[in-house]
Amino acid sequence: MPSSDYDSACLPDLLPLYYRRLFPFYQYYRWLTYGGVQKNYFQNREFCFTLKDDIYVRYQSFSTLNELEKEMQKMNPYKIDIGAVYSHRPNQHNTVKSGSFQALEKELVFDIDMTDYDDVRSCCSAADICTKCWTLMTIAIRILDRALREDFGFQHLLWVYSGRRGVHCWVCDEAARKLSAAARSAVAEYLSLIKGGEDTVKKVVLTDPIHPFIRESLAVVEHFFPQYALQDQDILARKESVDKVLALVPDDVKKELQQDFQNEKKSDVRWKLIKDQARKKQSTAKKGQHFDKEIMLQYCYPRLDVNVSKGVSHLLKSPFSVHPKTGRVSVPIDLRELDSFDPFAVPTISLICEELDRPKTGEEEEKVEDATEKEDERDASEKRRIRGHNCEDIFADHLITKEPVWQSM
Amino acid sequence: MLFSGRRKKFGTSIQTELYVQPLQFYGQPPLENISLSEFETFAVDRLKLLKTVENLGVSYVKQSEQYSKKLDSELKTLNFPYRSEVDDRKLPGGPSESEKRRKDHISHFILRLAYCQTEDLRRWFIQQEVDLFRYRFNGLLSKQKLEFLHKNNLQYDAISLKEKKELKEKLVSSTYAISGITVEDQDFYKVPFQDALDLVRTRKVYLKEGYAYIPHQDIVTIVLNDFRTRLSKALALTARSLPAVHSDERLQPLLNHLSHAYLGQDYSIQKNVGKISLEQIDSLSGKSFPLCMRQLHQALRENHHLRHGGRMQYGLFLKGIGLSLEQALQFWRSEFIRGKVDGDKFDKAYAYSIRHMFGKEGKRTDYTPYSCMKVILSNPPSQGDYHGCPFRHSDPELLKQKLQVFKVSPSGIVQIMELVKGMHYQLACQKYFELTHNVEDTPFSLSHPNQYFSESQKLLGGGGGGKELKREVDASQRSQENSSSRGFSAAQEAADSEHEAEMTKDLNAFFEDV
Repeated sequence: MPSSDYDSACLPDLLPLYYRRLFPFYQYYRWLTYGGVQKNYFQNREFCFTLKDDIYVRYQSFSTLNELEKEMQKMNPYKIDIGAVYSHRPNQHNTVKSGSFQALEKELVFDIDMTDYDDVRSCCSAADICTKCWTLMTIAIRILDRALREDFGFQHLLWVYSGRRGVHCWVCDEAARKLSAAARSAVAEYLSLIKGGEDTVKKVVLTDPIHPFIRESLAVVEHFFPQYALQDQDILARKESVDKVLALVPDDVKKELQQDFQNEKKSDVRWKLIKDQARKKQSTAKKGQHFDKEIMLQYCYPRLDVNVSKGVSHLLKSPFSVHPKTGRVSVPIDLRELDSFDPFAVPTISLICEELDRPKTGEEEEKVEDATEKEDERDASEKRRIRGHNCEDIFADHLITKEPVWQSM
Repeated sequence: MLFSGRRKKFGTSIQTELYVQPLQFYGQPPLENISLSEFETFAVDRLKLLKTVENLGVSYVKQSEQYSKKLDSELKTLNFPYRSEVDDRKLPGGPSESEKRRKDHISHFILRLAYCQTEDLRRWFIQQEVDLFRYRFNGLLSKQKLEFLHKNNLQYDAISLKEKKELKEKLVSSTYAISGITVEDQDFYKVPFQDALDLVRTRKVYLKEGYAYIPHQDIVTIVLNDFRTRLSKALALTARSLPAVHSDERLQPLLNHLSHAYLGQDYSIQKNVGKISLEQIDSLSGKSFPLCMRQLHQALRENHHLRHGGRMQYGLFLKGIGLSLEQALQFWRSEFIRGKVDGDKFDKAYAYSIRHMFGKEGKRTDYTPYSCMKVILSNPPSQGDYHGCPFRHSDPELLKQKLQVFKVSPSGIVQIMELVKGMHYQLACQKYFELTHNVEDTPFSLSHPNQYFSESQKLLGGGGGGKELKREVDASQRSQENSSSRGFSAAQEAADSEHEAEMTKDLNAFFEDV
């Protein structure tokens, strides 16, 4: 991955600086206290630190903002995970009777990882990503964001770049935080269309009638499909990738298409042929023939790691944690500018630490003053820290516009 | 016995009130006195019933004709109310309908005592009871359903005609077996989506802004949800008052044994630790591993890596057949370092989870190898995964190819594919066992990959290493049997009653069946 300015060997040197001067502790604390409506909500929250050499320290918890700040600055974790809100303070979990220490609440979370798309992208594999396949994440966010808002009625969604090859979603509504494990898995399964592992060729099967949720999702996929799949990935060009697509259509149609493709080399025309066949089949066959839609979904539909969403106590990498491999900060994603979000433009820890040492320019001074008008002293000083990158503003927006209750507290 | 007359009267008045309905929410515990022998037969019968519910749920599609037929006949033979008979007909020699309902009622509460103790037991019990309830509720006439809702104060808000018209198209395309015309005659209930999870999960309901719109025909879902919540709360309450019950030495051994029945054979007990050498695994995987494990083994050898789901399923299986922790670490390490993982990374990232599997890390649970049911039902494989049940999770074409590679005869493949098509995955696997071992009609019913392995080893006993292994297994089984019967005799002494001895004998016979 081209993050040339970052060298993972420097991480131990940069982290102290990051936690001392850049990490947005105050905003972070404000998020996780949720306005202090519920007692001990922050105090009973589990944090997990990953230290050098992959040493995991689970069940960390903090009673105040100050304690959190002090501890992070002392430990300088390579990675921070957030867990559930428990019945007791997690750092005292050994002192309570076993069985009574239980995970009670957590944001409903989703984890989408590019490695899960390896069978349908030809540009990269495993942990690698490029601007071509990043479209898959854009599609995933568009589909899930709509469904979580419109179908499930959630409003407080925070989308975060994971720092390497995927995105996370934190659904912060009170109702979402209180969901049982069964309800979480039901939501995750409602949102999952791709079924099957290495031994399944056809991973999407649609039946009549097509559920409104699938229709809405299809509309999103259809919007991106021509450019992404037919142009960028060019799935109908090379022989092997054509075979992979044709493995998803019924046998009789497959034969006809194979013949047609002999004379037709252009991807978009080939795709049109597939669509025509599907339309023809639909008008003759009794049972639903949706293989064109199934192909689109198999190639583009979001692939959720369901197990992350299911468990109340499952850990997920925290926003603003640094990814140790790439050095990139897990920044919130602004959905208003989702289509132009570029994972390679996300600042690395080396970059922002370097910026600290650079002298301020007049223009930036001005900007800081603007900010002071909106926020109190402390926020303003934090704004100054990650200059030039508006990720913290998005995070602040998330806090301010979305949970008016907290404001009044 | 002085008050027996009075108690009887009291009993019958409750009875008439309680047992009017063919189905109940089990809100009121039974208040009558019953004999120990009745206590025992009721409990054992209900346990048999719930085991049947569990087995049928795996072998057949719930609510299919075969499922109903089998469950019906089981209800009948065990004398549970099996169809909503309105009149209290008494077949010559058989118990009356209200006696059956009484049995249903009492036996449910007995098993609550036995199954409230741990999270695992509660989950199993709730699942089976809910499935049973669903079956019965669906069997009611629509008039009886309404009566049931009314009696139990279950009221749901139906949406207005106007709203229905606005959403008509959406409602039609999200609900099975409903056309545009019937939408207008049907009541739709608007409930928070959390109350209709089964419908949400399978996308069989329209969702809007957090509310599910449930057609009347699916009302069973919300009723079930209610039932589940109540039962779950009730079990938590029962667990709290359990110490009082446990002080009764007549009941305690019985309840403990009842609760152990559902687990079947526990393959976590390491009886043949160290009896397998790492060099044997390759040859054993060809001879005695079930297909799921053979597939995982192959994938591991090819890719020098397995993802979490595969490591769990295969790792615990290997533990069950006798790999020690040291062997397991060596086994996984030697394979992983041939791939992209170096020794250092393995020790940091993977060794922990293997020690965890053996109960040496974290909360130190000694994990049990997965049963077929668990493999089939939970955590289905996704991209990059090789775990799961090949009969359940492979495309039929690929499965066929695989079977061909493993030299199953064409006619055998046809038989297996037929079973797969009917969703009898465990039977398909058993068929595979028979074909690969050249036996007909195996005397066991397959429910666990480790069972497959030990049965295979028993059969192949002739071969060198296998024989040795077999003797060990037999010996340890024998010693285990001894120790368990010793445990029983202690319990018997404590009980010190002839009846009790009788009871445990019956129970023993039952558990052998299970």
